[in-house]
Amino acid sequence: MSDRSQLISSGQPFTFDSARDAEFERLIKRYPIRESMIMPALWLAQEQEGWLSTEAIAYVAERVGTYPAKVFELATFYTMYHLKPVGKYHLCVCRTLSCYLREKQEIVDYLAAELGLRPGEVSEDGMFSLEEVECLGHCGTAPVIQVNGEFHEEMNVEKLKTLLAGLD
Amino acid sequence: MEVKILSAKFDIEDSHRLEVAKKHGAYGTLEKLFAMDPADVIEEVKNSGLRGRGGAGFPAGVKWGFLPKDLDKPIYLAVNSDESEPATFKDRYILVRDPHMMIEGIIICCYAIGSHDSYIYIRGEYTSQLKILQEAIDEAYEAGYLGEQVAGHDFRLDVTVHRGAGAYVCGEETALLESIEGKKGQPRSKPPFPAVVGLYDCPTIINNVQSIASLPFIIEKGAEAYRAYGTEKSAGTHLFGISGHVEKPGMYELPLGLPLMEVLNEVAGGVWKGRQLKGVIPGGSSTPVLTPEEAHTVTLDYESMAEHKTMFGSGGIVVLDETVDIVKLVENLIAFYHHESCGQCTPCREGLGWMLKIIRKFIAGDGREDDIELLLELCDNIEMKTVCVLSAACTMPVRSYLEKFRHEFESYINSSNSDPVQSQAE
Ligand SMILES: Cc1cc2nc3c(=O)[nH]c(=O)nc-3n(C[C@H](O)[C@H](O)[C@H](O)COP(=O)(O)O)c2cc1C
Ligand code: FES
Repeated sequence: MSDRSQLISSGQPFTFDSARDAEFERLIKRYPIRESMIMPALWLAQEQEGWLSTEAIAYVAERVGTYPAKVFELATFYTMYHLKPVGKYHLCVCRTLSCYLREKQEIVDYLAAELGLRPGEVSEDGMFSLEEVECLGHCGTAPVIQVNGEFHEEMNVEKLKTLLAGLD
Repeated sequence: MEVKILSAKFDIEDSHRLEVAKKHGAYGTLEKLFAMDPADVIEEVKNSGLRGRGGAGFPAGVKWGFLPKDLDKPIYLAVNSDESEPATFKDRYILVRDPHMMIEGIIICCYAIGSHDSYIYIRGEYTSQLKILQEAIDEAYEAGYLGEQVAGHDFRLDVTVHRGAGAYVCGEETALLESIEGKKGQPRSKPPFPAVVGLYDCPTIINNVQSIASLPFIIEKGAEAYRAYGTEKSAGTHLFGISGHVEKPGMYELPLGLPLMEVLNEVAGGVWKGRQLKGVIPGGSSTPVLTPEEAHTVTLDYESMAEHKTMFGSGGIVVLDETVDIVKLVENLIAFYHHESCGQCTPCREGLGWMLKIIRKFIAGDGREDDIELLLELCDNIEMKTVCVLSAACTMPVRSYLEKFRHEFESYINSSNSDPVQSQAE
């Protein structure tokens, strides 16, 4: 999220579980060069752990057959890769054009107050993290937020209350 | 006004499932396709007048014709499903409501250009959309529409989804290729164009999802049937995304060439809350804004947009009502492009940051008279001095706001007490 310049150790060794191992092997056959697997492998690692630790980066490098620095470079460039743990519920609010016109600020302000978080922060109990992101491709149903990847459209404070009440 | 060519199956329940899609004609063009000569397929697409729907509007068949002949290298098709231009949300409907139409389009394109490997580059945020798309591809493999022998013909085709991870610039075609190759999404200098040196240094065609999804209709019904919609130079239909301050925002399929205001009023319910119109962004955030007067004369096609010194772009129309603070809107826009700059070209990386600082000075009440000129000068110094046009996608609209709504910038300067000497003298 905010600081994208550092890796953090999880203190745990990392390897793919068997399902992800199989998916890695299926995908690698689709590309003529191994480097093409860095991004898919980072996704698999993040899906498994929730974020990308030093160990996960090193593991991806080893599986793909490249340098950890190369993997780290991609992990920092692409903003959806989390270089530190996010909340159990990761809330992304679109801040761009159509959502801006449709009062996304009310959504951000409400969530920030309710969760006691500024965009970029994770709550102390690890339950919530809040992020402002760029256009999510749902501009016709603005304002929109994403919770752990799932879209919630035409948001307003009432709908946010119901949504938050359902997260525990 | 609405038509249902691309969106024919959108309202059918479970239309993303092969079984349902097939009942409604999916993969129905393949027999005809494989009986055709690939060169004739390209000719048909050229004749249809189909222009790229990713934003630039380049004729699809013409681009395919740029592939070198008899080169001893594989040819790739990359389908651009990055859909990250603010105010654009059309391709998503194809991905989730009729993915088989797109897969059928991929088969048509690959057969025409002689490609056996296609990658669909989907933006990382489309999670449930990715799942639906992948399921559709898996179904197509199982049913024999993809794989070693497409629909029983001696033609191999593999389709692989490559997931992005939150970088707008990867919608730019060469950044997209870099990303598939496992690199940062930093655009390449052109020439060479991807049709000659593309993915893995091989000839590559990049087309937008909607361009590809338009192919089954063209092959099934013929170029003339496609040309029956739209205008001479802007043939066919488009999935328009209408957002912002209208009563009924949403995605509407319309033939090209309709008057913008008629569409806004009759299809999208007009400006919301009975308010007045301040401006219209016609084709995604990177297209120059239209004033209400211009909005009343423009039609939704490439020619008319060019005559009005703006662009058709992605067909993402944004309506601005009278309450919009143009200066703050411009701040929002510059912040987007600054954040999304890939960082490789100094004018874009640094210049957009300077523009952001200056616009924030206005908002903080510290704007100076010559800051408007400074912004315009920066636009000139950034535009066309970078590898790709991401920077121009910012400076072109910003210049249009500065020119057409200059008074709003000036009123920020005049209302601020930025000159302490003068305020003391009063
Ligand atoms: C910064 C930038 C972002 C772009 N984003 C997209 C995008 O999200 N989707 C898309 O189809 N084209 C996008 N394009 C246009 C592509 O570079 C390319 O022209 C297009 O995918 C070609 O397909 P088409 O001819 O079918 O339109 C973008 C271009 C630029 C410069
Ligand atoms: S502007 Fe928010 S989803 Fe597009």
